[in-house]
Amino acid sequence: MRTAELTRRGFLAGAGTLAVSFAFAPTANAAPGRGIQIDDTTLAWLLLDRHGISIHSGKVELGTGVQTALTQIVLEELRLTNAEVRYAQGDTRLTPDQGTTAGSKTIQNGGPQLRRAAATAFHALLGLAAQHFGVPATQLVARDGSFSAPGNGRPITYTQLLARSDIVLAADPDAPLAAAGDYRLVGQSVDRVDLPEKVTARFTYLQDVRLAGMLHGRVIRPNGRNARFVSITPESLTKAQAIPGFVDVVQQGNFVGVVAMTEWAAIQAAAPATGIVVVWEDGQPLVAQDTFDQALRDPAHHYRTVTEVSVGDVDAALSSAAVTTQASYQTPFHMHAAMGPSCSIADVRATPDRKTGVQVTVWSGSQGVYALRNTLAALLGLTPAAVHVIYEEAAGCYGHNGADDVAADAALLSRAAGKPVRVQWSRQNEHGWEPLGPAMAHDLRGGVTDGGIVAWEHNLYTPTHGSRPNGSPGTVLAGLLTGALPASLPTSAGNSGGRNAPVTYAFPNNRLVARLVRSFETVGTTNQPEAPLRYRFPRTTALRSLGGFSNTFANESFVDELAVAGGVDPLELRLRSLDDPRALAVMEALRDVWTTRPTVEGVGAGLAFARYETEFTYVAVYAEVSVAAATGVVRVRRVVVAHDCGLVINPDGLRNQIEGCVIQGISRTLKEEVQLDARGVTSVVWSSYPVLRFSEVPTIETILIDRPEEPAWGAGEPAINPMPAAIANAVYAATGARIRTLPMTPARVLAALAELTP
Amino acid sequence: MSTPLTRNLNLNGENRTVTVPDEGEQLLYVLRNALGQHGPKFGCGVSQCGACTVLLDGQIRRSCVTPLRTVAEGANVETLDGLGTPEHPHPIQQAFIDEQAAQCAYCINGIVMGALGWLRQRRAAGNTTVPTQEEIAAFLSGEAEGSTLNYICRCGAHVRIMRAIRKAAEVAL
Repeated sequence: MRTAELTRRGFLAGAGTLAVSFAFAPTANAAPGRGIQIDDTTLAWLLLDRHGISIHSGKVELGTGVQTALTQIVLEELRLTNAEVRYAQGDTRLTPDQGTTAGSKTIQNGGPQLRRAAATAFHALLGLAAQHFGVPATQLVARDGSFSAPGNGRPITYTQLLARSDIVLAADPDAPLAAAGDYRLVGQSVDRVDLPEKVTARFTYLQDVRLAGMLHGRVIRPNGRNARFVSITPESLTKAQAIPGFVDVVQQGNFVGVVAMTEWAAIQAAAPATGIVVVWEDGQPLVAQDTFDQALRDPAHHYRTVTEVSVGDVDAALSSAAVTTQASYQTPFHMHAAMGPSCSIADVRATPDRKTGVQVTVWSGSQGVYALRNTLAALLGLTPAAVHVIYEEAAGCYGHNGADDVAADAALLSRAAGKPVRVQWSRQNEHGWEPLGPAMAHDLRGGVTDGGIVAWEHNLYTPTHGSRPNGSPGTVLAGLLTGALPASLPTSAGNSGGRNAPVTYAFPNNRLVARLVRSFETVGTTNQPEAPLRYRFPRTTALRSLGGFSNTFANESFVDELAVAGGVDPLELRLRSLDDPRALAVMEALRDVWTTRPTVEGVGAGLAFARYETEFTYVAVYAEVSVAAATGVVRVRRVVVAHDCGLVINPDGLRNQIEGCVIQGISRTLKEEVQLDARGVTSVVWSSYPVLRFSEVPTIETILIDRPEEPAWGAGEPAINPMPAAIANAVYAATGARIRTLPMTPARVLAALAELTP
Repeated sequence: MSTPLTRNLNLNGENRTVTVPDEGEQLLYVLRNALGQHGPKFGCGVSQCGACTVLLDGQIRRSCVTPLRTVAEGANVETLDGLGTPEHPHPIQQAFIDEQAAQCAYCINGIVMGALGWLRQRRAAGNTTVPTQEEIAAFLSGEAEGSTLNYICRCGAHVRIMRAIRKAAEVAL
């Protein structure tokens, strides 16, 4: 939705506006009262005027329903139960820089700030109404957009109050908030505001945007991550030029793309059978997929070792424990695999617009329009102010996928063509070149004495989970292919590869060591890329919950293994190891289903727990599986999730997110694995990168623990973390076979079953 | 060498004429670019995801692998755009709203059109029962009798989607 009708300076032009500035992060310059800078780019705005209510937000709707939830928050504080709220989002000339929309942080961080802004607006209106009626504010009643003073004449509407003045306020952090007991909208399962348009094809996705005079572009990728461009065969160029509507082929370094008048002509021109054929020279081979387990642990691939947790004396505790055990776990490269391949439109002009200074306009599904703007500016050799990035909603992304890369592709092609160019990646482009979630490996040791875990050690091995655009051209594919180097690798695992590696359990002796794996050749043993760029592993980045998925698989599988080794019930062992009442509550919420779990041959149940980022939302999962001994097929039959993310804004929206985590979690656990050869990804269509089918979906029950007096935390990612371990623990319960490597394919399960001694 | 082609189509009840320079152009691009449809979506281009699904003379078709030359002159094409509006949704669209059966909703076009075609075909074959969850799951997974087309939802709205299709069958068929 392009809601560009308001500009920062423009909205004070007409009389009757109440504007409240607010920041999603605390900011020093938001002094209350009049006289603030109306165009301060560090602030977001809540606007009330005769046209209604508008939010100008740097946080964007990614298909998860945050627009609806944020609207509920605003209306609640304005004592409204139903009103249309316009949502201007992700526009580098219209909304503030609020960083990336990611990490399950929009409701968590954006919600409270927006709530204070709405409360500030409400109390300003209340003050105006008190003046109007000539009575103290405490005697006024607010209802459905108007105030009344009992026995004191006709009600007056918010619009009537506003018609007399313009008011600019900074959000007051101390503005009184609606009491949790009075909530009418917050806590209700309000329908998504965007679905009626989406299910009737009235919604304009990024992929549906069309500009006048727009050309269509397609990219032709190298035949390997380290391949080099040699030539375009002359006969194929002749063939492409004969395609009706063909405009041009663009080649710059290893970047190759075509531009045509129509989308079909661009598709034909980019396909070797009907158009351009490029000759590539092979480069350094990637590390072989069947050696990842060893390679991730090989010091030759490590550029840094970081001790992230060190409590007590783990070695002494291990040697004195009554029972010890150790286990190793592996997870593969995963892809975001958006339903809609990445798309973007770029309009690169030869000169800047005289009024605005904008030379480049880009429509993008990026999670971070400002970071993309700065990166495109660097790629094109322009100032950030010359680049205008406009967010348009695309298919669900689940993290940093090809959305930013395709914008850079479109920019290079538009600059070459001198016209606006829309680039739509093919499925093969998306599966083959999107930045991936990395493979990880884990070695754990632990000891149990008297039914309690006394020693815990986790060694994790991870390539980077962070390669988002950061202003450097090497953080987008088009930059890499034209010779820029990627950003330096991270210096710690932190809340990235190390997310959820630290456990919530209060183990007395606990050590966590992360070994950071270099994705490409670096200068010596540093984290800096060495020119020319040569990848060892594919480019990797943020995929839903980052390292949390793999780390929780290892941690919660190993808790189960220690429970078995120590002869303790897995639920009891977790309860004994937790001291946080909210953690205990989500575990206890599963007690009934756990104690009544089925005891049928070939069926088993497993538990897992994780607190998101070891700091926020609490999730406990019960998974029930059946394992077919003859085929090795694992079916997840039933999943129960106990979930505490504090205050629940929209229970149905929350359940939708949890269900999404469960289903994507099962898919990644049972089926998903990026296939690679020495050149790159070979699983470039859905048939070679299968995801969970409708017929494989279990019944899903959600137990929401609502805590209205607590802050609302994010829910887009927490519930995916316990999924793989809950399934692995259930498979163990069903069969006695412990699967420590994902995905749990039939072949892998059969092999594990065959190893069991009869 | 490409051969141009002109086709008259009945698109959502309206007569429309399109001319393309290459008769091999897939119906998906004709619908999206020449005929302004937002419903049919590009998802994979190889008939594996379902996002592009339309009804062609009542049959479920993957428009990404349907060259215009294979579309009969005067054919009836139904897309999501033609079913209903936000103010007056078709019963199956209403069922998806009632069940909040989507997250990003990019897949919903194909699933709604496919399910609509399937439910109509069942009824035409004399089956007036409301399909069970297992039947709906089998249809969407390409495991039902006579149907090998799989539909993908990547966000994980599966449970809701199956509820919505069942509800649509209950109220409208």
